[in-house]
Amino acid sequence: MLKVSIYRYNPETDKAPYMQDYELDTQGKDLMVLDVLELLKAEDATLSFRRSCREGVCGSDGMNISGRNGLACTTPLSEAAPKNKLVLRPLPGMPVIRDLVVDMELFYEQYKKIEPYLQNDTPAPAIERLQSPQEREKLDGLYECILCACCSTACPSYWWNPDKFIGPAGLLQSYRFLADSRDLATDERLSNLDDPFSVFRCHSIQNCVNVCPKGLNPTRAIGHIRNMLLTRAV
Amino acid sequence: MVVVRTVTSFGRSGTFDWLYQRVTAVVLIAYLLFIVGFIFLAKDFGYQAWSELFAQRWMRVFSLVALLSVIIHAWIGLWSVVTDYITNRVMGGKATALRLFVETALAAIAVLYTVWGIEILWGV
Ligand code: SF4
Ligand code: SF4
Ligand code: FES
Repeated sequence: MLKVSIYRYNPETDKAPYMQDYELDTQGKDLMVLDVLELLKAEDATLSFRRSCREGVCGSDGMNISGRNGLACTTPLSEAAPKNKLVLRPLPGMPVIRDLVVDMELFYEQYKKIEPYLQNDTPAPAIERLQSPQEREKLDGLYECILCACCSTACPSYWWNPDKFIGPAGLLQSYRFLADSRDLATDERLSNLDDPFSVFRCHSIQNCVNVCPKGLNPTRAIGHIRNMLLTRAV
Repeated sequence: MVVVRTVTSFGRSGTFDWLYQRVTAVVLIAYLLFIVGFIFLAKDFGYQAWSELFAQRWMRVFSLVALLSVIIHAWIGLWSVVTDYITNRVMGGKATALRLFVETALAAIAVLYTVWGIEILWGV
C-alpha cells in the first residue's frame, strides 16, 4: 500500500491548509506521481491539481514532491516514494489558489519583464533570418525551458523577492535572447537587468539546477548575463 | 515595463555593487594574509616591530583601504540581507520604517568606524 499525504486547502471553506492522508494500492507498479493523483482524484473529486500533457512538455504540474520540486508526470514513485510514502505540496512560496494549484501571476510577470521575444528592426529577409550552426548551438540548453517554475520556487532569493528578482526561469530565458545572434536589443536588455535585484540577487547556490526537470542550468546562464553586464560596465 | 529602478545599495548599479563586493573581498584577503604573514615572519615580533610597521605611511594607507573595504563589503552585504528579510511584501507598511531605521543605524556605524579608524591609524 502506498501512503500519500497531500496538502489540501480550499480558501472558500478551510480556515487553514492541512495535510490529508490517502492510501492507494499501486499493485506493485512503478507509477508516475501524476498517475497516483489521477487515481486518487477518481475517488475524491475535490482534489485539485493542474496537468495537461502528462509527458513533461507543458510544464503545468510542477509541485513539491516529497520535498523536491518536480513534474508529477515525469517523476516515478521509485524516485519520489522509495519507502512507499509520498508527500505532495504546492510549489513553495507561491500563493495557493486551491490544493496543489498555485497562483503563477508574479512568475509570469517576471517572464514578461525580460521581453521574451526576438527584437530586430532591420528589414526581414525574404525567407528567414539565418543563423550558422554555431550560432544556433548557443541556444541549446536555453530554449528547452517549459516554464514549469520548479526552479524559481526552489530559489530562496526568489522566495524573498518574487516581485523584484527575475528568478532562474526568467533569467534563463533572458539569456536565451541575449545569446541569439538574430536579436539586436542586447544593450536595452542588459540595461533593464542592471539594478541590484533583477540578476544580482542570485547567489549561485544552484537550487535551480538541482531541480530542473529538463536538466537545464539557470545558474550558468545567470553567470553569462553577469559577465555581459560586467564587460559592458568596466 | 516595471523594472526595478530603486536605490542601489552602494555603487551605481547592481553590477557595480557586485564588482565592489569582489574587489573589497580581494583587498581584505590581501590585508589578512599580510598581517598574519607579518606576525609569523617578522624577526622579534613585538610592540617595537608592530609600532614601526604602523608608523610607515604606506601601512597606514593600506590599513585605511582595508578598513574602507570592510565597510563597503559589509554595507553591500547587509543591505541585501535587510532587503531580503525586511520587506513590505512580508511585513506590510511598517517594513519601510524598520528598514530605514536599520539602514540608518548601519550607516551611522559605518561613519563612526571610519572616523575612529582614521584617528587610531594617524593618532599613534
Ligand atoms: S529552467 Fe527548468 S525548472 Fe526552470 S522553469 Fe524552465 S524547465 Fe522549469
Ligand atoms: S543559483 Fe541563483 S537563481 Fe539558482 S537557486 Fe541559487 S540564487 Fe536562485
Ligand atoms: S502534465 Fe505537462 S509537464 Fe506534466
